[in-house]
This record gives sequence, C-alpha cells and structure tokens, in this order.
Amino acid sequence: MSHHIDVSSLLRKSVCELYSNLVTRPTGAAVRCEIEHELDRIGERALTVIDFSHVKLLDYSCADEIVAKLLLQYVSVDAPRREVYFVFRGINESHMDAIEAVLKRHDLALVSQLADGAARLIGDIGPDERLAWETMAKLGAAETKEFASASGLEPDSAEKMLDTLWRRRLVIRYDGGYAAVGTRTFATLPTTQH
Amino acid sequence: MTTVINTPPSLEEKPFEQVFDQVAAVPQDEKIIVDARHVRWANPYGLTALLALAQSRSERPVLYVPEAENVSSYWSRMSFFKHAAELYDLQGKVYPARGQENRNVLLEVTSISETDDVHSVVDRISQVAQDTLVQQLKLEAKVTGRFAMALSEVCQNIVEHAGRGGWVAVQSYQWRVRLGGRKVVVIAVCDSGVGFRGSLESSPAFQQDDRWDDRLALEETLMRGVSRYPDRHRGHGLQGVKNFVASWDGKLSIRSGTARIMIPPKGDWDAEDEQQMQQGLAYFPGAQVQITIPERFA
Repeated sequence: MSHHIDVSSLLRKSVCELYSNLVTRPTGAAVRCEIEHELDRIGERALTVIDFSHVKLLDYSCADEIVAKLLLQYVSVDAPRREVYFVFRGINESHMDAIEAVLKRHDLALVSQLADGAARLIGDIGPDERLAWETMAKLGAAETKEFASASGLEPDSAEKMLDTLWRRRLVIRYDGGYAAVGTRTFATLPTTQH
Repeated sequence: MTTVINTPPSLEEKPFEQVFDQVAAVPQDEKIIVDARHVRWANPYGLTALLALAQSRSERPVLYVPEAENVSSYWSRMSFFKHAAELYDLQGKVYPARGQENRNVLLEVTSISETDDVHSVVDRISQVAQDTLVQQLKLEAKVTGRFAMALSEVCQNIVEHAGRGGWVAVQSYQWRVRLGGRKVVVIAVCDSGVGFRGSLESSPAFQQDDRWDDRLALEETLMRGVSRYPDRHRGHGLQGVKNFVASWDGKLSIRSGTARIMIPPKGDWDAEDEQQMQQGLAYFPGAQVQITIPERFA
C-alpha cells in the first residue's frame, strides 16, 4: 500500500499557514518531523510518495533537512529505522539544484517520478548502478535470474547489485524477486513483511 | 573625544573600504560622527554596511544625512532611515520618498534576525524578481527561483552564524562605469556579528594552527563548505550561492574581519576587480556579502 505526503500541506500545518516556500533549516526540520510522524503511523514497511508539486521554492538548507536527513534514516545504513521506500513527485527544475547538491553531499540517490509517470534516478549514483536500475525499471519486477539475463551480469554479480540497490531503497525486495521503485509494477506489489 | 568619519561620494563596496579604514582606527567605545552629507550614490552594500557600522559601536553614533534631495529621498525609498533612526542620531533634513513606484528597488533595506524574517524576504522577492531578472536583465526564467534561493541562504547566514541581527537589500541599476551601461542586480547582506572566523572558532571541533586567520576562515567556508556545526554535511548554503553566482556570470564577494574573498565573474565585466583574496584590510566585525548578477547580452 502506498501513502501520499504533500510537503506543502505539511509546511502550512507544521510551521505557518502563510508560508509557501521551503526555506531555512528550522522550517525544513519541522517539516521532516511531521513526515516522520506520518511514517510512524504507516507501519514497518511502506511505499511513500513525497510530493513537492505545490512547493514553490526549496533552498539548500531545507533540502538537506527534508530530503537528505529523511533518506539517511531509512537508507544506506545497516539498521534502517524502518523499511520505507520513497518516490519523490513534483520535483521541478528549481528544486533540482538544491536536491542534487544535498544528495551528492550525502552519497544518496532517490527516485523521482516525472509528470508523465516515468521514473528516473537522481543524486549520487554510479553508471553501473544506474544501468542496473534502469534495466530493472524496464522489467518492472523480476527474479534475480531474469534480471541477470536482462542485464548481462553473472548471477552472483546480479544478486550483489540488486542487494546494493535494495539497501539504497531504489528497488524493493519481495517474495520471489525485486521491483524498481517508482515503476507501475512496483505500485501493485504487496508490501507484506518479507 | 569624537571622531568624524568622512564617507566617499559613492557608497559602494570598494569605496566603503575608506570608511572601514577610518573606523578601525577609532576605539569601539568612542563616539563617531559619520558624515554622509556629500554622498551622491549608494547601492545596497553601502546602505546595509552603514547600518552594520552603527551596530558595531557601543556609543551611539551620529549620522549627517545626505544633503542632495534626490539621494535623501532615495534612501527614504529604500527604508534606510527607518532602520538608521534606531542606531544613529540623525542630523540634517531627511526628504521623504518620492511618490512614484521604483521598479529598481527589489527589496528595501530589511532587518534579519530570525527565521521568519528570511521567509518574509523570500516571499517578497519571489513576487518581484521575475520582472527584473527576466524582463530587464534578460535572464532565463529559471533564474528567479535560484536567485531567491541564494538570497535565502545569505540571509540565513545571519540567523545561524552572526550572533546578532543584520540587514539585506536588493536593487537593480545601471552599472555605467564598469559595464558600459549594462544593468545589474545587487544583493547586499551586512552584519557586525562574530564573522566567519568567530563562527568557525565556536565549533567544538575547532583546532587553531599558526596560519589561522580571517582569510583561512573565508576559504574554509566558501571553498570547502566547512561549518561550525558538528554535522559534517552542513555548509551547503554558501557553496550553493557560489554555484548560482558562477552559473549566471555573477560575482560574489564576502568581507569578514580583515579579509575579503571574491568569486570572480567568468565574463570580462568588472575586470578591474581582479584580486580574489584580499588580506590585511582594516578590521571590521561580522560579514559583509555582495552578490552581483549582470544583464545577459544575446
């Protein structure tokens, strides 16, 4: 089951009804706390859409608090707070500078869903990882063997690559295989505990 | 004893060094009179630096206001006197702002001391920047958001690091001498707080070495993204501003303590300002930041 979080609504709810721009570090921290509270209610395993569609401006400090510090709690660590996968929606060109900068600084990557529904990776991602993720995105969902065949990787390397992408929460691991976060197939997968 | 500080006729970043030179020689608790009667022109840097100058004094200074009506009226339009009256004893006639709207003023002198002030500044600039940046300076539409973002970051610097309030102002104007009529938009943010060096020295991880000075503090912050906070990932803000300025052929200069660092424009405008790092300037506390974005020629 996926959950939708409208960042702009959280800004008005948590900080000030009048604000329309995500600027300053305290504002970003307040919004992130609200997102974390929402995630606490969702459960141990979830797909969450973080929606920036109604955010006019996002500065570096806010991006660091809302995007990077949020991701850091759920990805790239051996014991993440919870198994949460994120899809970021509504990221426009003016948000991109700040988001890419903070992702690179923290060695993070995320899945951004474009207006036409297509997903793409942004942030700190190597060419091999990107290619692997794109291969999986084309497949939608696949077992390791199928992914190895499509990507041209040896089965061991394919398994390692998928594990790396899973740890970065760029693919979801489910009974029997993997699916790329942000793809249509992924949205229909059951999110029961593996 | 009272010392008279004579201001140059043009109150911009470089000529303002004459003011800093004079002030640095006067003990901080001695009374000063800042004589601005013959000022003919002031940009956002000049106005906000004048306020920071008063803020840095423990004895309330006197300001002789500009005599020329158009100058005085313009300073009123920029809300300078509203803030100056809190810091200076104003002497001389202050002319009211002229009635007509001035499209060149993007943001009047505005005090910054807390997060809400930054939100307010960004909201206001977002509403007016599009016209100036896109219509007048012929920049691409995407510049507007990035401009507001840069403004937000330099204002936050005051809230997070200065230890006291400061001021920001934004104006567009024709940079006649240096740019042959080219239009520019200038952001200035000035305070007399702890400065870059003081901010970094307050970090628990700070380790002083023999080379440590204002120059190194500026370099660490701007070039290497070092921050006083223990979180090693802090320090994006000014790096982002630097990238924004570089991508629009702009110029960024930051003065703090006795040093000034400048990120030069890629183009050949303002070629006379070549020194990327200046040391041994007259000491003035806090940080004085100027961002200049020039009109784009096809």
